Amino acid sequence: MKLTIKVWRQKSATDKGGFVTYPLDGISKDMSFLEMMDVLNEQLSEKGEDPIHFDHDCREGICGMCSLYINGKPHGPLQTTTCQLHMRSFSDGETITIEPWRAAAFPVVKDLVVDRSAFDRIIQAGGYVSVNTGGVPDANEIPIPKVIADEAFDAATCIGCGACVAACKNASAMLFTSAKVSQLAMLPQGQVERKTRAEKMIAQMDAEGFGACTNTGACSAECPKGISLTNIARMNREYFSAAVSSENV
Amino acid sequence: MSWVTKTLSSTLGRKLIMALTGLFLILFLTGHVSGNLLLFKGDGGEAFNIYAKFMTTNPAVKILSYLTYISVIGHVIYSIWLTRQNKKARPIGYGMSKQSGSSSLASRNMGILGTIILIFLVVHMQSFWYQMHWGDIPMVSYEGEQYKDLFSIVSFAFQNELMVIGYVVAMAFLAFHLSHGFASAFQTLGLNHKKYSPAIETLGKLYSVVVPLLFASMPIYIYFTQS
Repeated sequence: MKLTIKVWRQKSATDKGGFVTYPLDGISKDMSFLEMMDVLNEQLSEKGEDPIHFDHDCREGICGMCSLYINGKPHGPLQTTTCQLHMRSFSDGETITIEPWRAAAFPVVKDLVVDRSAFDRIIQAGGYVSVNTGGVPDANEIPIPKVIADEAFDAATCIGCGACVAACKNASAMLFTSAKVSQLAMLPQGQVERKTRAEKMIAQMDAEGFGACTNTGACSAECPKGISLTNIARMNREYFSAAVSSENV
Repeated sequence: MSWVTKTLSSTLGRKLIMALTGLFLILFLTGHVSGNLLLFKGDGGEAFNIYAKFMTTNPAVKILSYLTYISVIGHVIYSIWLTRQNKKARPIGYGMSKQSGSSSLASRNMGILGTIILIFLVVHMQSFWYQMHWGDIPMVSYEGEQYKDLFSIVSFAFQNELMVIGYVVAMAFLAFHLSHGFASAFQTLGLNHKKYSPAIETLGKLYSVVVPLLFASMPIYIYFTQS
């Protein structure tokens, strides 16, 4: 495959940055998108140029580290992670535009790398169950209905990649936050901190400077894990009921 | 800040205000369109004028009308507040963005649709609401009682083709705004359920077609029957 790669280059967080176009030849249709990037970077390195910086880790679609806004969509044309996207999704001679996630809460570090620690701080604010010491409980000691377990698990499949924020016209983090509120709110283990969790995580989400939700549904449509909008409704219920009934004045 | 102001100024709290005011305005539209159906009665406006007097003098309606004004103003102010936050959340946009496949056109343009509806609302209230309350309006008498002849003002206004076209176009924008807003308000309130959400979606789509269509048919009807 012969391609033209139009990619966002930015030296540092403070650099203005801009698009740079690279011609690329000899790409196999069976390569993953990130392997194509590797080939391009090898060529740049051989020429003594600075390779394009981008985030990646497991390359198995489970870690949430890869990002990239490809041809106007987060993770490209398929509803998957960038590492699971293959070059067969593109046509020979195509120009591929690659940009970093765009959000004030996700500042660009370099080229296509953005700082997503805002998500970590939302989790730190309350997206956990405090560990109680003691013996290991029996596996089936706490009964959880299958439907609830499944729904909690569906919410928990969120890998925190940030595609929801990237896809949202308002750069809102509500799909992420709602998944992380939901996965614990539905389970018995999450009940103790339930109200405080909703209040604190949403306060942190606001403090990070994410936008508001317009219920367009773009986040869910672009989410590689297909996190559902019902989580956002659940988060809203959790938040409003916590606001009127929690002990936190 | 107290917990109340803290909640209502959070992103979710402000969205709650948007949903509640929006739903109240949907209730208002339902009442408004039902009452205005009297325009189709073909009795020279008698029933409509009697209804108009009731709507401007009844104390219970008065309370509802103040709630409506507050809802309109609240809906506008909170939308501006939220939109400013949304713009700030993405200071640098994308060079290439394809959003058509993943969300509806109406849902992405609620602000623009709302602004056009607001402009329409100002013209609309100036034309009829202001005239009814403070304008120089002819009087008619039914069974010995005096009534303001709002019907004559309405009939006269809709002799103007531009007014008719403007009203029909404005209702198209209202239809798009409602097509997303109706179900979206329930989602914001957290009312999302497998059993009820599909019905709410359908009702919302139906409402967003039927109500603006009824409103739009009024100036057209008057234009062709009162000339």
